[in-house]
Amino acid sequence: MVGPGRSRCCAPPRAGPAMNCRAEVLEVSVEARQVEEAMLAVLHTVLLHRSTGKFHYKKEGTYSIGTVGTQDVDCDFIDFAYVRVSSEELDRALRKAVGEFKDALRSSGSDGMGQISLEFYQKKKSRWPFSDECIPWELWTIKVNVVNLANEQERQICREKVGEKLCEKIINIVEVMNRHEYLPKMPTQSEVDNVFDTSLKDVQPYLYKISYQITDTLGTSVTTTMRRLIKDTLAL
Amino acid sequence: MDTDLSSQDRKDLDKFIKFFALKTVQVIVQARLGEKICTRSSSSPTGSDWFNLAIKDIPEVTHEAKKALAGQLPAVGRSMCVEISLKTSEGDSMELEIWCLEMNEKCDKEIKVSYTVYNRLSLLLKSLLAITRVTPAYRLSRKQGHEYVILYRIYFGEVQLSGLGEGFQTVRVGTVGTPVGTITLSCAYRINLAFMSNRQFERTPPIMGIIIDHFVDRPYPSSSPMHPCNYRAGEDNGAVYPSVEDSQEVCTTSFSTSPPSQLIGPGKEGGVPPVPSQPAHGTQADQERMCTPLDGGHYSAATPSSSEDTETVSNSSEGKCGSPHDLLETIFIRKVGAFVNKPINQVNPPDSPETASPLQGSLHSEGSSGSSTGNTHDDFVMIDFKPAFSKDDILPMDLGTFYREFQNPPQLSSLSIDIGAQSMAEDLDSLPEKLAVHEKNVKEFDAFVETLQ
Repeated sequence: MVGPGRSRCCAPPRAGPAMNCRAEVLEVSVEARQVEEAMLAVLHTVLLHRSTGKFHYKKEGTYSIGTVGTQDVDCDFIDFAYVRVSSEELDRALRKAVGEFKDALRSSGSDGMGQISLEFYQKKKSRWPFSDECIPWELWTIKVNVVNLANEQERQICREKVGEKLCEKIINIVEVMNRHEYLPKMPTQSEVDNVFDTSLKDVQPYLYKISYQITDTLGTSVTTTMRRLIKDTLAL
Repeated sequence: MDTDLSSQDRKDLDKFIKFFALKTVQVIVQARLGEKICTRSSSSPTGSDWFNLAIKDIPEVTHEAKKALAGQLPAVGRSMCVEISLKTSEGDSMELEIWCLEMNEKCDKEIKVSYTVYNRLSLLLKSLLAITRVTPAYRLSRKQGHEYVILYRIYFGEVQLSGLGEGFQTVRVGTVGTPVGTITLSCAYRINLAFMSNRQFERTPPIMGIIIDHFVDRPYPSSSPMHPCNYRAGEDNGAVYPSVEDSQEVCTTSFSTSPPSQLIGPGKEGGVPPVPSQPAHGTQADQERMCTPLDGGHYSAATPSSSEDTETVSNSSEGKCGSPHDLLETIFIRKVGAFVNKPINQVNPPDSPETASPLQGSLHSEGSSGSSTGNTHDDFVMIDFKPAFSKDDILPMDLGTFYREFQNPPQLSSLSIDIGAQSMAEDLDSLPEKLAVHEKNVKEFDAFVETLQ
């Protein structure tokens, strides 16, 4: 599992009112060599919308926001290009997570099915002896199906088709983002680490964590990361 | 209708909409330049980065946008449109996309201008950055150069979609509600690439419905050499465009926080009293309660920036974007140029300079040196041999190699003169013998022919 906030493990939310976490599921079928770029394209597009500039708090309860830069990324194995936030730290974090997912997919066997999840959460402080709660407010799940192709012509067609599919996914993501549904309220200085990841030096994404699951040949999910399964939020 | 909006809020809203329109045009045009865009994140606000996004301002584009707007703002029935079209070296052109920034009458009176509207406009710009890379014109624009260029045109008023051909598709980028109406940003794009002869930008039906496949189906990476989009100093760049914006146009850089409603108590945040909970609809309640401005001057103005346009265009620290050294200049150098490797007098200028301007660079001296390096290329350009009907350019060896190898097969030995003459003489001598043999077997041949009937 990668993501900020790992130093203090969050307890699962206590039983109470049902979690109101928005969940979106995307599905892609790709070749093995396309997994990394396809995942990065989707994750970066989501994080572009869920990152702001760095907050600088001043006196009198005001704060100013830094500037987010962007850059184009061309894919090598897919006829596709996407925009990501200009932050090498963020890119490294995502590449690490996607790399682990890709390796797990490869070593899982011939089926090549799995899913990677990007969850945005808020931390809610609890009194001792309870540890802080992590309350998810948005969950993006990308289901991946790895296909094997026989010849170069099929691979060329796959390059184009996967490119077109990713275009559709980007449009889906943008549509969700522009519904302007729940976002955590802007925090005060003391609360900012409960809402945003302030560890990066140039941008400030909402607190997030990435996890993945590999589906074994029987079709059951083998959890390789978090124990907590948010089954109801995975259903659309 | 506007009585609920304070004058300060109204002024802010108008400013936001104006700069949103200008930034929208910049994002769209820059996405069609044909090259990768790269801007740097900055943890400290500079006071000139509207919507907290690093979007450069190409002065010519700003000038064109302001000319089109003519001091007005998008309103109901008055939309701002950016038309992207393709123009070939022969002079034929075709509209590819129309990006529309519209306003409708649906108002959101409860929304907070200085915070929520501003942040949602920022989100919408991010969505625009993402969507401009997924429409078909993006790939076309990345491959422009010799054969065609991409042009833009900005107009204000009614949206004209008829130039997009039949069956065009629409994608909605997003909407932002404001107290004076809802801003909508969308794109209509052509999917039928039958060529139209459209020299005067008139909406005439096509003379010949030729489908130019190779604009779209060219596999990636292209096997023909990609040329950089060179800046071409030319007919439209006589004027110097003002790069210094009005010094009063400073973007909002500070926001107020209010203590969260559950922490009601004395001595908060430098004496800011807690915010009374306000009736707000839906799930926006928490967000809006947080940032109620308590008085008019809740945001401290940043030092007025002398220029909105002279931000440094620097690449990311690891130089991942192309041509890092070029981009370190303060203004864009490389633009969509025109027809590299052609003499100037063959280049077709745009037919109506008032209505269309090719994407050209800013007036930087290095642009012309870039152009000159382009012109020192050979008169002949090596292109890879593409056999007809061959779609498989990744492995052109298959059909291409076969084709080349067997284009010049060795000559048949019987056709060469010496050997030919000898064997011919032998053949003639042996003819009578062969005829005798065949005559003996006449009955067999007849029986064979009967079995066939």
